[in-house]
Amino acid sequence: MAVISYREALRAAMREELKRDDKVVIMGEEVAQFNGAYKVTEGLLKEFGPKRIVDTPISEAGFIGLGIGASMLGIRPVMELMFWSFSYVAFDQIVNNAGNIRYMSGGLINCPIVIRGPANGGTNVGATHSHTPEAILASHPGIKVVCPATPYDAKGLMKAAIRDNDPVYVMENTILYNDKGEVPDEDYIVPLGVADVKRVGTDLTIVAHGRAVITSLKAAEILEKEHGVSVEVVDLRSIRPLDEETILASVRKTHRALLVEENKPFCGVDAQVAYLIQSKAFDELDAPIHRVSSIDAPQIYCKRMEDLQMPNVERVVAEALKVLA
Amino acid sequence: MAKPAVLTHPESLKRPAGPSEYAKDPVNASMSKAEKIALYTKMARIRHFEQRCIRIYQQGKIGGFLHLYVGQEAVAAGTISLLGKHDHIITGYRDHGHGLMVGMGMNECMAELTGRVTGCSQGKGGSMHYFAPDKNYWGGHGIVGGQAPLGTGLAYAVKYLGLKGSCLAYMGDGAVNQGAVHEAYNLASLWDLPVIFVVENNGYSMGTSQERSTAHPGCLAKRAEGYNMAWDVINGHDVYEVRAKTAIALKRAHEESKPTVLEIFTYRYFGHSMADPDKTYRDKEEIKEYREKKDPVLAFEQELLREKVLTPELSLQINEAAMAEADKAAVFADESPDPTVADITKHIYWEEDNRGPKTTSRGTIIFE
Ligand SMILES: Cc1ncc(C[n+]2csc(CCOP(=O)(O)OP(=O)(O)O)c2C)c(N)n1
Ligand SMILES: [Mg+2]
Repeated sequence: MAVISYREALRAAMREELKRDDKVVIMGEEVAQFNGAYKVTEGLLKEFGPKRIVDTPISEAGFIGLGIGASMLGIRPVMELMFWSFSYVAFDQIVNNAGNIRYMSGGLINCPIVIRGPANGGTNVGATHSHTPEAILASHPGIKVVCPATPYDAKGLMKAAIRDNDPVYVMENTILYNDKGEVPDEDYIVPLGVADVKRVGTDLTIVAHGRAVITSLKAAEILEKEHGVSVEVVDLRSIRPLDEETILASVRKTHRALLVEENKPFCGVDAQVAYLIQSKAFDELDAPIHRVSSIDAPQIYCKRMEDLQMPNVERVVAEALKVLA
Repeated sequence: MAKPAVLTHPESLKRPAGPSEYAKDPVNASMSKAEKIALYTKMARIRHFEQRCIRIYQQGKIGGFLHLYVGQEAVAAGTISLLGKHDHIITGYRDHGHGLMVGMGMNECMAELTGRVTGCSQGKGGSMHYFAPDKNYWGGHGIVGGQAPLGTGLAYAVKYLGLKGSCLAYMGDGAVNQGAVHEAYNLASLWDLPVIFVVENNGYSMGTSQERSTAHPGCLAKRAEGYNMAWDVINGHDVYEVRAKTAIALKRAHEESKPTVLEIFTYRYFGHSMADPDKTYRDKEEIKEYREKKDPVLAFEQELLREKVLTPELSLQINEAAMAEADKAAVFADESPDPTVADITKHIYWEEDNRGPKTTSRGTIIFE
């Protein structure tokens, strides 16, 4: 097992899939010559050439729509959005075309496209560049959404996404790009829709996804050391499909749940998770479900305040203690 | 400010239909008698299918929107009659004519309108969303202009796979003002993609005439110059002209892998959709003028009568057969079963419909 960064893990996944399947194409703004705005695709142009690694003009609706059209004929495009925030100018293509084509054609057409890129706040860039649209997009049947938190998951989920025959939207995180972790040398995938218990515990379940998993793991350590509480952390990894069983099994064990996400609270992913727990494990609960999410405002620019706006270790610890009280 | 000269429908195109100047064009002169009759038959079938739809709609059996192609038949007929194995098409919501042209059956088309499981999309798409990928027909798209990038992508795939083919991406005169269309134009030209953007200029986008929607004073196809693309304008009332000029664009796509914008002047006889009372934005006189003097189906019939390819008897036979076919399709569409409640959640995800050890998805994907 090698220890590599989240960024390298994503790149390795794309490299391996480019080698495995000559229908895989990488496309996006600055992905080729510039080596990627976040260097995720660094070196791929040199290795695979301009037919496979394609720089696009700044036309998200145009090039993503083009990728969707190409995927209908069997190409497997992996489209980079410099930020998922920019998906909003291509929303019609991403939702109406990729998400509906199989359904509206009565199953005659598939759309095996991957759209990937960072979707996170916390980088001091203001509201337009800090969107986390996983809940918005996952609310559309026909679309799949995954949010890896570790290098292992980033690679495994990316490979699964590329092999998947439906549109899969991979939401990465610029703050995690340099995080390192163990990644197997041999070929593997992380199937979509399988959550991962990142830390085993008995007193409280924290459900999280994306960087909120990392925050929650740090909070769990403090809760253990300073408060003697044993916390289980469930990493959703995939938003849609959703691994309901792993969430419910954990809640049945701990009887208490705290849901943490970097989205704003209204209609966030955890609104759905809270509904799931109360509908399928109501009798198991010893306390109301609590949530920690970003403070409900457009993302603030001021870095000191943004750090407070988003879920941080202190807020997670404080909320966990309320659930345990 | 002086009103710009609008070339919506140049006067020259309004001349009464006479012998086509394009009959001798090689793509037309080389057609056999049988091919000409087949082309006329297809145009007549579109006409009668659409007219039958009106009756079913008025009986309340078709829900939602119904956009008719009556008056525009020569556009789909002329362009699609030229296509080969690796040529693909995609269009907007006025999509019945294209469907019949690629060889979809009247039954599956009609049953889609009445929302039956026997419809081409199993009752999941409706009038605006016909699909027949086995016939290189990729829809049927309800969002104005949204199909232009998809068509460009189909052309990209054709090129990527090393095939000698193309994609014809149709849209209306209103669609050309959508950003996605301009992004697609730029990509198509920048990457030398074998796509032909076919602007079916019927003069109106819903109730807005072209001069009220488009700042550019020249014809709409001329915008191609801004993207370094070839373009042409076509009289869409003459199916021979449509074929002759489309053939040039197709050759450009096949031989040079270059895109083209074709603007085809045409006219719709009925309202924008059946929901449009058609009372506020154009004269009845204008419609009458087109119907009587420029009708593309009649014009082609006359052409073939003059060429002695058709006889009045044969024409009558063709039209009666098309009407009978549409009548039968109406009965089929009426008597076919609805999809079931269980069908609502099918065809959302490939992986869900095909779950097995090889699929990459687990977990819950359809929620209660
Ligand atoms: C994005 C979007 N905006 C508005 C509409 C509503 N709409 C449907 S068709 C249409 C007019 C389009 O006219 P044109 O492009 O000329 O095509 P035609 O109907 O004449 O064939 C409008 C406004 C839509 N379907 N999609
Ligand atoms: Mg129009």
